[in-house]
This record gives sequence, structure tokens and C-alpha cells, in this order.
Amino acid sequence: MPDEAFNMAQHHKDADMSPSSTAAIEVRDAVKRYGTFTALKRISLTIEDNEFFTLLGPSGCGKTTLLRMIAGFEDVTEGAIHLFGDPIADLPPHQRPVNTVFQNYALFPHMTILENVAFGLEMRGKSKSEARSKAGEMLELVQLSEFAKRKPSQLSGGQQQRVALARALAPQPKVLLLDEPLSALDLKLRKAMQLELKHLQRETGITFIFVTHDQEEALTMSDRIAVMSAGEMQQLGSPTDIYERPRNMFVADFIGETNLLEVSVDAIAGGRATCHLGGGHELTCNEVEGIGVGAKVHLSIRPERLFMSEEPAEGESLKGRIKENIFVGTDISTIVELAEGPDFIVRTSNSDRGNKRIFEPGTEMFVNMELGAGRLLID
Amino acid sequence: MAAVNDNIKSYTGFKAITILCLVVLYAPLVIVTIYSFNASKSITNWEGLSLYWYYDIFAGPESAKWKEAAWNSFTIAIVAATMATSIATLAATAMVRGGKFKLRTASFGLISLPLMVPEIVLAVATLIFFNSIGFTRGYFSILVAHTAFCIPFAYLPIQARMQGIEDSFEQAAMDLYANKRQAFTKILLPLMMPGIISGFLLAFIVSLDDFIITNFVKGAGVETLPTAIFGSVKQGLKPNIMAISTLLLGVSVVMVTISYFVSKKDNTQ
Ligand SMILES: Nc1ncnc2c1ncn2[C@@H]1O[C@H](COP(=O)(O)OP(=O)(O)O)[C@@H](O)[C@H]1O
Ligand SMILES: [Mg+2]
Repeated sequence: MPDEAFNMAQHHKDADMSPSSTAAIEVRDAVKRYGTFTALKRISLTIEDNEFFTLLGPSGCGKTTLLRMIAGFEDVTEGAIHLFGDPIADLPPHQRPVNTVFQNYALFPHMTILENVAFGLEMRGKSKSEARSKAGEMLELVQLSEFAKRKPSQLSGGQQQRVALARALAPQPKVLLLDEPLSALDLKLRKAMQLELKHLQRETGITFIFVTHDQEEALTMSDRIAVMSAGEMQQLGSPTDIYERPRNMFVADFIGETNLLEVSVDAIAGGRATCHLGGGHELTCNEVEGIGVGAKVHLSIRPERLFMSEEPAEGESLKGRIKENIFVGTDISTIVELAEGPDFIVRTSNSDRGNKRIFEPGTEMFVNMELGAGRLLID
Repeated sequence: MAAVNDNIKSYTGFKAITILCLVVLYAPLVIVTIYSFNASKSITNWEGLSLYWYYDIFAGPESAKWKEAAWNSFTIAIVAATMATSIATLAATAMVRGGKFKLRTASFGLISLPLMVPEIVLAVATLIFFNSIGFTRGYFSILVAHTAFCIPFAYLPIQARMQGIEDSFEQAAMDLYANKRQAFTKILLPLMMPGIISGFLLAFIVSLDDFIITNFVKGAGVETLPTAIFGSVKQGLKPNIMAISTLLLGVSVVMVTISYFVSKKDNTQ
């Protein structure tokens, strides 16, 4: 059945199916309860075919739970899950054309690397020799051919990770689920694996659902990101969407570094909202639907969208004084104090040192931004 | 590590107590082994090295009795240990993988309780039970009784082993299209094997060695090695007993050695 849905997606559309039947995974109003504790509170999301989709959120927000529901290891308390249009919530794991890369890899310790990779193919009814030769190809793809005869314990963490990946990809699943697969690797290896994963996804055309609590990783790798917190979906969108247009406080705070300022909205005109920061400071930013005049809300401004100058620049300018410069490698973070107003963090690229954009602590100067740089948030 | 060892070694009396323990434990075994090679008819006077008593049990006037007892002992031990290990494997799978079912703690207690109950009580209870259901005493009653009391011995190493196996291995198997049965036979069972072998060997030794329960349920005319040895000793201690004991000791040593090597081979790493 799923095979048909996969190949004949177009046909299904004609046959009066819901338009989303071409989606790789559709989760509809999924609720998961463990006894009285609700781990997922009515999650709905659609993951398109060929997409690199990321579930992002702090530890304990329900990412693994959602992934295990798609894989079939947890049953769905309420709601439905569709795979290319077919309901799968009632199928056991071995009948779902979905494979998982487990967080601890779960490589079979008593089998060789080759046997591990061939396992899924054999279970799908391939002959032993056919499964082995296909597994050999997969090992070539992840550059581990020379380790085929070793046991998992004889491999490094990064190599085990690639074996787990090869094993899950070998049976050509419709969707690949990855639960924080890179979290056990050191930084350098992790960066390399991020690229390799992205590359593999493009090459195979398989839909990836990737789980991470690392926002940077999510921004680097994903086509789209679902930000979750406490069992609820906070925002779903492209990395740029989520970074530049966070919908609420949680998303703005969780993704990247930001200045979160308490403001009250004084006036709205022509799509612009004028806000009051306290201490007589004012800022204008884009209007956001649902936030009217008089509202006391938060304003998020990314530190790299701010720049300092001796004279006020075009756009929005606020007068302040340098409190501290913090060296962070590629950048310098400057803490600026507004007179009777809030503190700002301003991020300046280290390469701007020569351009007189860095000032000594105590200097009076102006903090500037483009007109739309700040973003009002619904709490 | 070294510091701790030095500490213990420096305790007063450490050496004396260690030697005393070793002597109490092993001196009788060493003496029995040595005297089994004695040429003398007496069990205390050494009259020179000889294999006479080994010849005596294999070809002497009582050899038929010993052979039959050995046959009974070994076939019962193999069959009872096999059945007990199979049952224990299934029980451990259910207990460790069955989730939190009601009475789980109670079930564990029920399985391991026979280890705590005095053996004489078990023996009497088994005898009364067999009588009440009209089970004729003989070879099969011993076999059934041994299977039953070997289960907890086989169960403990298997369960210990299983608790060390994360359930993500079976989940990975099912994720890779194995059904429940395939996940069990291809993944869980091979990973449990060291525990299963240890359990089997323990059950085998316990069955081979059992006297009290066997003596109660065996009925007339059927003997195992322990009951035959006991019967013979009642008629007077002869050095042939030492030869048999030494052979049994040899079997135990082999079993313990196998068990040691199997448990050292940890295939989940
Ligand atoms: N089997 C379970 N029984 C009870 N609570 C659970 C179970 N599995 C997960 N939870 C709870 O559900 C929440 C979400 O867990 P999880 O999906 O593992 O989070 P994440 O992967 O985002 O860190 C957590 O609060 C966790 O304690
Ligand atoms: Mg998790």
C-alpha cells in the first residue's frame, strides 16, 4: 500500500483524496498521554516528501515521543498519523516503511558491521547474498567498507554512527527518523556529520525527520523546523522564518541570542508600531497582527542587527554608553547601557575592528538598527 | 586499588584467617582426591599409589550398580536442566520485557522462593504432592521434581543477564522489519546466551548433586549417584566412595570452568 501511495501520489490527488495525501508524514491532532501526564498536547504537522525536517526543542519537550509514535514504538492516545496518505497509527513497527537511527545507535553487538547493515534487507525477504551485496554498497556510501567484518565494539563513536545510518538507509525507507544522532560526537566530528547527513539526504531523496535540542544544528541542516516546548508546537517554518520572525517569546529566546525588551505599544500607523522602552526611549518596528495600541509585550532584536556609531545613523538610533566588551572569537559582544533604559547586547564582527565600530567601555555613543530589525512577540 | 589491598593485608590475623578458611574448605577435597588413589583397603592408611578403586567402580562387583546410578544421574541432570532452563528463559523474558504487570514483584518472589525454603520442606511437600496425585515414584518422579527445583537456579543468571540488555536492540530489530518472534530469536536469544548457558550449568550441577529431594521421591530400586553413595556409606566407608567423589568433583570443576569462560565472554559490548 505505501508503495502505491508513494509512486502514484499524483493519481491519488485525482482520486479525490485530501490534498495532503502526497505529504510524507501527516500528524493530525496527535495527543500522547502517559497515565495522567500529557507528553504531547494535540500536535498537527505535515512533512513533505524529500524534506529535511527537524523537531527542535529543549530536553523533555516530547520530540522523542513524537518520533517513536511515527516509528510505532508508542501508541497514539488520540489523533492520527498518515504516511503518504495511509493511516499507520495502528500498524506494528515492522510493518511501517520507516526506519530509525537510534540515539545510542543500538547496533547489534553480536553481529558484524556487514550483518548489521544487511539485517533489514534480509527481514524484508531479500536473499542472504543479495542483502549482503546491497549492504556492502551502503557501507561504501558511508566509507566504511574496510570495517565490514568488524564487530560494532571495535569501531569509534563516529563510525558506529555511520553504520547506524547505513543500516537504517539500506532497506530504502520512505522516511528516516533520526533521534539526536550527533549528540554523542565531539564538535568537529559533529560539524562534519551534519554536512554528510545533509548530503546523504539530498542524494537519496528520502524524507528525513531529525530530532535535536541544538538550535544551531537545526538552523544549519533543515529545510523546515518545528520548534516544540512542553508538548506543544511553538512555531513551524524555514530556518530563516524561525530565526528572523519568531512568533513568540519562547522561540525568540530559544533560537539564537536576542535582546528581549519589555515595551508598550504607543501608536500603530502604516504597518509600523511605535513602542516605548522606558527612560523616554522609543523604537519603531513592524506591526504584528494581534498586538494593538496599549499592549505591553516583548520586543526581540538580534544583537547582530544592531551597530554602534558616534553620531546617530539613519533608521532607529538610541543614545547609550558602553558597559563592557566581550571577546567571543569571530565576534565581539558589547553590552550597552541606555540612560534609565534597558541594556542591549550588540554583536560586532571582529573584522569590523578597524571600522571604528568598537568603542572603549564608558564611551557615549549611539546604538542603531534598520527600521524593521526589531520584532514584537506574542507571549 | 593497590592501596586498598595493602590495607586489608595489614589487618592483624588476615593471613591466619585466610589460611584457615582455605584449609577448612579445601583440605577435605584434597585428602579425598589423594586417598582415592590409595592401594589400601583402609581409608586412612596410605599403602601406595594405585588406580585400583577406579578399576573397582568401573569393573568391580558393584560396577553395575554404579553405572546405573551414574546413567540415572546424568540423564536426569541433562533433561531436568534443559527443561528448567527453557522455562526460566521464557519466565525471564516475560518478567524483564513484560512491562509493569500486576503482581510482578510477587511473581519474582514466587520464582526465587524455593531457594530460601529449607530443602527438607520442599522434599516432603513434593512427596506429599506426588502421592496425592497418584504419581508413581521412580525415574520420572525424580525428573519432574528436579526440573521444578532447578528452575530458580537457572532463572537467576538468565535474569541478571537480561537486565543488562537494553530493549533498544529489539526495537531496532523491529524497526528493521523483524516481527516479534524474529526479534526474539535473532537478537534477544543470542544476546542472552551467556546467561542461558550459566543457568543451564548451574541447574545441571544442582540436579546432579541433589540428595534430599531425590531420596524422598525416588521410590525403591531407582538410585542416583548421591543416593547410591549414601546407601553404600551406610554399609561402611570404602575407598571406592572416594574414587566416585573425585570423579564427581572433576565434573564440577569442568562445569565451573566452562561457566567462568562463558560469563567472561560478554557479547553486548
Ligand atoms: N514511558 C514514559 N512514561 C512516562 N513519561 C514518559 C515516558 N516517556 C517519556 N515520558 C515523558 O514525556 C516527556 C517527553 O519525553 P521525550 O519525548 O523523551 O522528550 P525529548 O525527547 O524531547 O527530550 C518527558 O517529560 C518524559 O518524562
Ligand atoms: Mg529525546
